[in-house]
Amino acid sequence: THADMGYSFVSLSCVALCLEHQREDGHALVPPLIWKIKQQISTDPTLHADFAPALGLPEFTRRATELALGRECRAVVENRVLGIQTVGCTGAVRLGAQLLRCWYNRSTGWRGPVYIPSPFYAVFQAAGLPDVRQYRCWEAGQWAASEGHVLEDLRAAPEQAVVVLCATAYCPVATDLSQKHWKHLAHVLERRKLFPFFLMLGQGLCLGDPEQDAWPLRHCVSLGLELFCAQSFSHSFGLYGERVGHLLLVLKQNTLLLALQSQAESAVRSLWSRPATLGARVVATVLSNPANLAEWREGVRSAAERCVLIRERLREKLRLLGAPGSWDHLTQQGGLYCCTGLSAEQVAFLAKSRHVYLCNMDYVAESIHLALTSPL
Amino acid sequence: FAAPAVEVPQATPVAVFKLTADFREDSSPNKVNLGVGAYRTDDNQPWVLPVVKKVERMIVEDQSLNHEYLPILGLPEFRSSASKIALGDDSLAILENRVGGVQCLGGTGALKIGAEFLRRWYYGYNNTATPVYVSAPTWENHNGVFADAGFQDIRPYKYWNAEKRSLDLAGFLGDLESAPEHSIFVMHACAHNPTGIDPTPEEWKQIAEVMKRRNLFPFFDSAYQGFASGSLEKDAWAVRYFVSQGFELFCAQSFSKNFGLYNERVGNLTIVAKDNENLTRVLSQMEKIVRTIWSNPPSQGARVVALTLNSPELFAEWQENVKTMADRVLLMRAQLKAKLQALGTPGTWDHITQQIGMFSFTGLTPHQVEYLSKEKHIYLMASGRINMCGLTTKNIDYVAESIHEAVSTVQ
Repeated sequence: THADMGYSFVSLSCVALCLEHQREDGHALVPPLIWKIKQQISTDPTLHADFAPALGLPEFTRRATELALGRECRAVVENRVLGIQTVGCTGAVRLGAQLLRCWYNRSTGWRGPVYIPSPFYAVFQAAGLPDVRQYRCWEAGQWAASEGHVLEDLRAAPEQAVVVLCATAYCPVATDLSQKHWKHLAHVLERRKLFPFFLMLGQGLCLGDPEQDAWPLRHCVSLGLELFCAQSFSHSFGLYGERVGHLLLVLKQNTLLLALQSQAESAVRSLWSRPATLGARVVATVLSNPANLAEWREGVRSAAERCVLIRERLREKLRLLGAPGSWDHLTQQGGLYCCTGLSAEQVAFLAKSRHVYLCNMDYVAESIHLALTSPL
Repeated sequence: FAAPAVEVPQATPVAVFKLTADFREDSSPNKVNLGVGAYRTDDNQPWVLPVVKKVERMIVEDQSLNHEYLPILGLPEFRSSASKIALGDDSLAILENRVGGVQCLGGTGALKIGAEFLRRWYYGYNNTATPVYVSAPTWENHNGVFADAGFQDIRPYKYWNAEKRSLDLAGFLGDLESAPEHSIFVMHACAHNPTGIDPTPEEWKQIAEVMKRRNLFPFFDSAYQGFASGSLEKDAWAVRYFVSQGFELFCAQSFSKNFGLYNERVGNLTIVAKDNENLTRVLSQMEKIVRTIWSNPPSQGARVVALTLNSPELFAEWQENVKTMADRVLLMRAQLKAKLQALGTPGTWDHITQQIGMFSFTGLTPHQVEYLSKEKHIYLMASGRINMCGLTTKNIDYVAESIHEAVSTVQ
């Protein structure tokens, strides 16, 4: 499935293990809360099936914005924020990229560059921004986020460049930086006049707390930076197939808001016309009801906890097996993915000979041990 | 964005959105919305098809369902049943394994994916100069979708004869003859939007003959199958005829209207290729395009349609629901014409029952349209297009009288 999502590890050879909730048959579980809400929706006589507005269900965009930026965000109060429901995170990135292509620094005919460490470069290119560049975010050989590399590459970026940043450590090659690191990064963004385009997938699942996961984004907004943020609700709500995404636009001036909104409507009209409603309705129902919200928060907290336990167990099991190498990076990384540092051949071995896709940690550990110690 | 020198201009408002907004702000108790493109019951309410309600509940209760991302090209059982609905159970092309489908975000999404593919791969590589012909008039988003896909030469082909309120066949055929070879022609499979006038089977045969001879590419837009005449077969006649004549073609299907699933964005791009090898290559390129727009499509609507089309009982129930909608529209057409004739409204009104589908091109002038909205609180497109679904047994007298007034007093 993750190959389907287009994740490519361009300069790294590693396997991402997905640590999400799974049933015995390997398929993703639907959280009971979500299932309950879907039932409610399917039997609600007041809900009709008319088109959603082009920019999405207002109740959803309001809650999605609030989840990302918090309730007391100055930018929201000053009416400088636009929220648009999109078809998944990909849809948010595509729409954001198109808006940048048409309206960012229009007087200079800006066409890039876009700095991006993660798998959405094809989306930017398809949107008419072919100048896509990588920036380093890993310490090679250590499989840990490298603040030094990130800052170095961004300091060298031309002014007005767009920089794609993962706000949560969800993407397999996300920058997994501390708050201190993020403060440095934000300072560079400000000084170099770079435009941040955040990707926020699985908010709440990394540190177990949606507010903490959104910290990098909120910090940049509090500095008064202009930015976009593409949010995905697939993982935090178990709504993969429903394609619930959100594009957040935070502007410096609210005078541009209405015009940008009309341009976004025009762009959406030629992409998908209106978004699908079921997933957005579910999310809105969760986020707008205190009891649902509490249940959801508890769910993401325990999912995040479980990931930490799984990491520890994997590391411990590998140690017990005597697998070569150091495996500390497994527990030092955060989020739902871990990069193991295996080579391309070792990865192929895992897939072909051991059929490793499932989350049976003992089996995974044994398989990794075999990959490292057998002749391939 | 913030540099003062940069201006983001307000985009031209989409006409039909503005109409809906104006209608919403109108406080008159007599107001009538003849502008929006969605079905309404005789009580002027949106209608969730009974079969859809049933299937949605089935889906929620089904514990065995996989809730993960769909494949990039969509739910397999949706794609195959959707293409089968368009081309027929006994379609030779399907048997010959040269038909594929891409699940898309509604009809718009299907047009978008088809347009993006054609711009990249049709008649050369990245040939943005290939002319794309759309009917005059057409659904206004056709222009936007093909322009945004990168096509630089989008032209009208003659279609509507305003004077006779009929199809301008000679003009259409003339434009087909003079179009550069390999041009793309976007055609409405049935229930032409906005005119409601479709070519007859004989006329379609003539159109196909010229297109064959001149190597023109048919891109059908099929948003009303079943909804137009009440018969799925009848409404798919043109597409099936072209396939039987050996054309390679695209057909963008929407299930918004005939399933009442406007909100879940259910569409399918049916691809009829020369052979299976070509089909495979086309689909692999389609995947690449989809991954840069929405990655994989939403599952809910596709599941509803797939379950319905693949179960004989549900399928029969669906056909009945569709006929209910089609019949109500036909009734409103008949009644509107009868009332206008009874009032002695100047002009001829036969076109109201000759036209088919959701829309009617009334022939009202912009001034008359303005009169209706300002004086009578009746909202319709400046082109004179009305949505028959906006008419009910309760408001049809008022509308007929108002049209009579407008036509009699305003030019």
